[in-house]
Amino acid sequence: MACLDRREEVWSALDAVTDPEIDESVVSLDFVTELKIDSSNRVEIEFRLPTYWCAPNFAFLMASDMRDAVTALEWVRDVSVRLSDHFSADLINRSVALRQDFRDAFPGETDDDLSAIRQKFLGQAFERRQELLLQCLIARGYGPDWIARASLSELIGLELDQEGIALRNLYLFILRKMDPDAGEEALAFTTANKRPLDNQDLRTYLRKIAATRRNAEFNGFICRSLLSERVKRESVRKS
Amino acid sequence: MFTTKSGEKIFVVDGHVHLWDGSDENIKNRYGEEFIKCFYDYHKLSPKEYVWPYKKYQKYTDEDFEQDVFENGYVDFAIFNPQYLGDFYHQGFSNLERNEAFRKKHPDRVITNGFWDPRNEEAGLKQLEQDAQKFGWRGVKLYTAEWKGDSKGWKLTDPWSYRYLEKSQELGLKNIHVHKGPTIRPLNKDAFDVADVDEVASLFPDLNFIVEHCGLPRLNDFTFIAAQEPNVYAGLAVAIALIHARPRYFSEIISELTFWLGPDRILFGSDYALWQPKWIIEKFMDLELPEDLAAETGPLTLETKKKILGENAARLYHIDIGEQNKQFGLPVSDKTEPAGTTAPVA
Repeated sequence: MACLDRREEVWSALDAVTDPEIDESVVSLDFVTELKIDSSNRVEIEFRLPTYWCAPNFAFLMASDMRDAVTALEWVRDVSVRLSDHFSADLINRSVALRQDFRDAFPGETDDDLSAIRQKFLGQAFERRQELLLQCLIARGYGPDWIARASLSELIGLELDQEGIALRNLYLFILRKMDPDAGEEALAFTTANKRPLDNQDLRTYLRKIAATRRNAEFNGFICRSLLSERVKRESVRKS
Repeated sequence: MFTTKSGEKIFVVDGHVHLWDGSDENIKNRYGEEFIKCFYDYHKLSPKEYVWPYKKYQKYTDEDFEQDVFENGYVDFAIFNPQYLGDFYHQGFSNLERNEAFRKKHPDRVITNGFWDPRNEEAGLKQLEQDAQKFGWRGVKLYTAEWKGDSKGWKLTDPWSYRYLEKSQELGLKNIHVHKGPTIRPLNKDAFDVADVDEVASLFPDLNFIVEHCGLPRLNDFTFIAAQEPNVYAGLAVAIALIHARPRYFSEIISELTFWLGPDRILFGSDYALWQPKWIIEKFMDLELPEDLAAETGPLTLETKKKILGENAARLYHIDIGEQNKQFGLPVSDKTEPAGTTAPVA
């Protein structure tokens, strides 16, 4: 039983790791193909992406995020994360195992680490989740004035249905990731650059962040379609 | 030529087609194999009855093309946008000689574009000059993710790229089709970033930059840039294939594009043989935007559809639709010039 619980714990740790581009969990996207835990609490994870050509920087981010998420579990002694069927799998796997920086994985092909790109896609995930929550609140009668003025504590205190609660949790999770020090009195809704929203022109802002959300959904759909075809193709080959 | 239910004839330019060779004999290495396989996975977004067996998809014949594009696919003019991939395929994935031979077979229906790679430096500039004159090119297709030896890609803003853009301008290669891919240096940046398009579009206002796949997977960044640069166009290849599997997504995309770019800067492309123009065009002509989107960005009118399917590309490539209609024995419309707010750069 203990073993089963541990598997659950690892899955749930992995579930918090997202594809930065799509802002969905690597588990729900079906990227993780294998999870093994041996008797000395060493964890082995294998994952693959929708194509052989997926961007190596994102692959590296996901691999190192998975490694860190599972390492954070107290009982885990060692983690290995392996990307398979990818043009730069060997470089990425070696570098993630050595806990190297992305720069070391691809010497000469980068000019910095991945923090800027991580920040950019965190901002996009923020916009996506905010848009979903705002549309939900607008549909329930909350107007531009309330949205532009509401504090975090007001948002947290709102009585919402299940869908609303789920969207709010997703939003708050990423808001805290972006701004861990935001107090209860801080504005609940700002731009990703922390500018206050204009209650007179909320429509334009919503159009902009809807495009971010749409883009993520579109990419999510393409990824799922390609991955399912890839899996079919490979299972035919193996059988 | 597509005929609407009410009998109106619509002139069609397919702005993005291929005659490729991804056969086992032509594949150089694992990369070439994975490339065509990945293409095949994209192909599966088609309606089932249009899905080919893998072998046929790897290498199809001129006759397949003629039947699927010209006979059944409503296409009056097809624009070839080559993808060379010399590091993956012995004779290239798109072979320029094959494209040119096909053009000679159909001189009144085929336009071939060339390509250049700034990493070929001085020698490539000379070659481009010769080829452009020999083949009468009016445009090029640029694939910035192409591997070449140790290099895994390049940027439009690389110093040699400027030299090639200047040369393109000089040679009258006005239509620069840009495809983005995931392996551009530096790798730590967003590899699909379209910001370099923004920069060169401002610097070369006399060139038209047709961003293939409308910048996907950075559609949102692309629309933002395209809204500001009058010489940036959206090529619909890939995006429009979603019209079957996810009509709602496609509706959102097309309403977004028409809102930001207007009706005059969007070009239809099937990306044949990835997808067949027949089903895409039929579904596109049937498409009506859902009410919520139409309320937000306006309906997708027949006029707009006609521009996207043919008139916009005809303008960029100097195709005289009136002359074409005469050949087809159709009445010559005097409305071939779009009445858009954007000055065409042709």
